[in-house]
Amino acid sequence: MAWTWFHRLASPPYVYGVAGRLSPWFAWPAVLLILGGLYGGLVLAPPDYQQGDGFRIIYVHAPSAWMSLMVYTTMAGAAAIGLVWRMKVAHAAAAACAPIGASFTFAALVTGALWGEPMWGTYWQWDPRLTSELILFFLYLGYMGLRAGIEDPQRADRASALLAVVGVINVPIIHYSVTWWNSLHQAPSVMRLGKPSISLTMLLPLLAMLLGFTLLFIALLLVRLRAEVLLRERSSSWTREALLT
Amino acid sequence: MREFLDMGGYAAYVWPSYVVTIGVIVVNVIWARRSLARARQLVRRRAAGEAS
Repeated sequence: MAWTWFHRLASPPYVYGVAGRLSPWFAWPAVLLILGGLYGGLVLAPPDYQQGDGFRIIYVHAPSAWMSLMVYTTMAGAAAIGLVWRMKVAHAAAAACAPIGASFTFAALVTGALWGEPMWGTYWQWDPRLTSELILFFLYLGYMGLRAGIEDPQRADRASALLAVVGVINVPIIHYSVTWWNSLHQAPSVMRLGKPSISLTMLLPLLAMLLGFTLLFIALLLVRLRAEVLLRERSSSWTREALLT
Repeated sequence: MREFLDMGGYAAYVWPSYVVTIGVIVVNVIWARRSLARARQLVRRRAAGEAS
C-alpha cells in the first residue's frame, strides 16, 4: 500500500503525464527568482569592501557550481535506483540529468576563471577545488560518451549508471576540498552551519539565484524526462494515444 | 548608467560571467524543449507509418 507511489513512478505513461503537468509550476517561479536575483545582485547589492563590484560574479558562479554538484548527485541517485530496482524510468531520469549538469559545470568553471584572474591573478591553477570540479566536468562528458557509444539501451543504462555511481565519490571531494587542503578557493560563506557571513542585501539575491537555479533544474529535468520516456517507449501504444489526445 | 556598465573597473570579468551563465540557461531551455519536440515527432511519424 505504502509502495504504490513508487510503483506508479516506475510506469512510463504515468510519469510522462505527471511530468508534463508539473513542469510549468517549477519553470515560472524559476524565471521570476532568477530575474529577481539578477536585479538584486547587479543593482541592489552594495559593492564588496574588498572586491568592489568584482564580487558580483558570485551571483552566477555559486549557483552554477551548486547546480554542478546537485545535478550530479541527483543523476547518481537515479542511476543507483535504476541499477538496484531495474527501473527504466530511473535510468531515463539519470540520462536526462547529464547534459544539464555538464553545461552548468562548464559555466561554473568559466565564471570561476573570470573571477580568479582579477582576484588571484590567474585564470587557472591546478588547485584541489578547481581540479576536482574539472574532473566533474569530464565525468559528465564520460557518462554521455559512454551512453552514446553503446548500441543496446539496457547495456548503455547499466554501464553508464555504474560510472555515475562510482563517480559520486568526487562530489564530497569537491565540497570539502577547500577545508581538506590548502586552496586558493575561499571556504563557503553561505552554506555553512550557523550564521552566514555576508550581509542581507548581498545574501538575498544569492539565495534567490540558488533557489531559482534549483527550480529551473527540476523543470528542465521534467521536460527532458518526458522526451527520454517517449523515445524509449516509442513502440508502445500508449505513446501514440498520449500524443493524439 | 556608464558607472553601472563599468562595474568598478571589473566590467571585463563581470559581464562575460553573466553572459556565459545566462547563455547556458537559455541553451538548456532550448535543448530541453527541442528534445521533447523531436521525441514527439518520432512517435507521430511511426504512428503515421503504421497507419498507411
